[in-house]
Amino acid sequence: MKRIFVYPYILWMSVFIVAPLLIVLWFSVTATAPDGTVFTFYHFTRFFAPAFEGQPFFQRIYIAVMTRSIRLAVVSTIVCFVLGYPLAYALAKFYSHRSFLLFLFMVPLWMNFLLRTYAWLTILEQNGVLNAVLSFLGLPTVDLLFTDTAVVIGMVYNFLPFMVLPIYTVLRDMDNSIIEAAQDLGANRVQVFLRVVFPMSMSGVISGLTMVFMPAVTTFVISNLLGGGQFILIGNLIERQFIHVGDWHFGSAMAIILIVIILFMMGLIKLIDRQPKEPDGATVERGTLY
Amino acid sequence: MKKFILGVALLVTLAISFTGCRGEEIRVFNWGNYMDESIFAEFRAQTGIRVRYSNFGSNEEMHTRVTGGGGAFDLIFPSDYMIERMIREELLLPINFDNIPNIRYIDERFFYLPFDPENRYSVPYKWGTLGILYNAVMVREIAGDIVVDSWDILWDERFAGNIFMYDSMRDSFTPPLKRLGYSLNTTDIDELTAARDMLIQQRPLVRAFLGDLVKDSMIGNEAALALVFSGCARFSMGHNSDLNYVVPREGSNIWFDSMVIPRGARNQAGAEAFINFLSSPEIALRNTLYTGFTTTNWATLEMLPDEIRNDPAFWPSDEVIGISEAFIHLGEFTAVWDRAWVEVLATR
Repeated sequence: MKRIFVYPYILWMSVFIVAPLLIVLWFSVTATAPDGTVFTFYHFTRFFAPAFEGQPFFQRIYIAVMTRSIRLAVVSTIVCFVLGYPLAYALAKFYSHRSFLLFLFMVPLWMNFLLRTYAWLTILEQNGVLNAVLSFLGLPTVDLLFTDTAVVIGMVYNFLPFMVLPIYTVLRDMDNSIIEAAQDLGANRVQVFLRVVFPMSMSGVISGLTMVFMPAVTTFVISNLLGGGQFILIGNLIERQFIHVGDWHFGSAMAIILIVIILFMMGLIKLIDRQPKEPDGATVERGTLY
Repeated sequence: MKKFILGVALLVTLAISFTGCRGEEIRVFNWGNYMDESIFAEFRAQTGIRVRYSNFGSNEEMHTRVTGGGGAFDLIFPSDYMIERMIREELLLPINFDNIPNIRYIDERFFYLPFDPENRYSVPYKWGTLGILYNAVMVREIAGDIVVDSWDILWDERFAGNIFMYDSMRDSFTPPLKRLGYSLNTTDIDELTAARDMLIQQRPLVRAFLGDLVKDSMIGNEAALALVFSGCARFSMGHNSDLNYVVPREGSNIWFDSMVIPRGARNQAGAEAFINFLSSPEIALRNTLYTGFTTTNWATLEMLPDEIRNDPAFWPSDEVIGISEAFIHLGEFTAVWDRAWVEVLATR
């Protein structure tokens, strides 16, 4: 009888996750020819090809865009981690005001993602809030909007909660007696953190890294708004193929390539989490979000 | 399990019965900020037809939605080259002009244009040009007494970081193609790559490729020069008196947005009633004042104050029209243009 409750989820997942993926896969390996649909890997070779059908075009432009997307996503993920871990730690350790601090942290999320990103336009523009404050303090003004930095700021701002929350949850639920045991055995505070707390929070860190990296590498809205359309990322390329060019086959091929790269990066991240646990060297995999 | 199926069946029945009793309506698909939405209530009061309104940001996006099954519409507002493409792809229904008596208010010069040579599928809505919106004060500070009348200024290194281009392939290619003396509809790969190289050469000077945002950015003195449509220019000029608009002497793009009824429309008569409503001089006047875009309605033009009629951003001179070129659909060559455009955007 209980299995009945599983069916809606299976139905949901097949209709909204499995079926779309299969459709994208189908589009990526087919093309519309005059005599019907044919199988082809042309879209994939086109992505990696140096030139466009022998015409005088530049070298491997799509790969350059892909590399830039990954670089920006990695930078954003690292910044999120560096900012997010101490924040999660502080949230988990502030027993007295924890729920209020968490509440403050969550309030901006009640607002729409687009609105929050638009707000950064007003802050960063030449005659914007940031420069008004800087010149009031007698400091030189900065020109950040429509640069790489603005895109990274937008990503960090929007994706930071995805880093903080999983780490916070793990740290909060950590058994305090383990930390006390480490202290009893003579570990100082640095040792307790590095050898006990941090390793035990790895599952949260892995979730955080994954949950920030994935939206960061696929975003096209943030790069459009804060990059001023000139920091074209792989998400923008895919969006263009679907919305503006109407070449769904090429767009799907790019999406498949992106999925493969994300899976590869997630595999890399997971490697960090495999540590010999048993005396015989067997690895134990910790649970992550997935 | 039985209860689950029953529940679903009940929900489906409810959903169907709710869609059935809403009364007559039309589904309108238009550019953002391209119509005074308060007129819908009046249309409903006059005809009893409810307007369901949604927006698109580019012709290509609209085409994808209409053909990709993203939604069915009764009335759409595409531009010239897209209308040509949709006619060729047999996506449009011929319009019954008997239902649109107000067509007599539309200026005859907008009929039988090349994108709809038999004048069967479209009713003109707005038209305009592409040009340079410039901040006269900032331009004077940067380059003294320079006269803004040529696309060359967009390649003038003194304006580095002070130029907004438009985040749209065909519009951004207009300045280099006209500067080189080529057609805006070129399908010659050498001409296209020459224009591409000119845009790449311009990249270090460009502050951003913006969409609609350019209107607010120019009002806020964020840059001295911007590539914009005439109607957007008028909107910004209304909020910042330092701004001026010019169509460069090398020529530019002249564009037309018309109303069309797509195949698959469920309420063609309702759509035609709405076209008739929009073509009445009073309603066209309200839309003109609201959007800043130039009307195709001669009776509305006569109702406008002189300061608007004599504004070149609103009503281009015959000379400007003479040197301007309309877009035509590029067909298969669109993919080559796209590749060139991606190279412009991805090169730094």
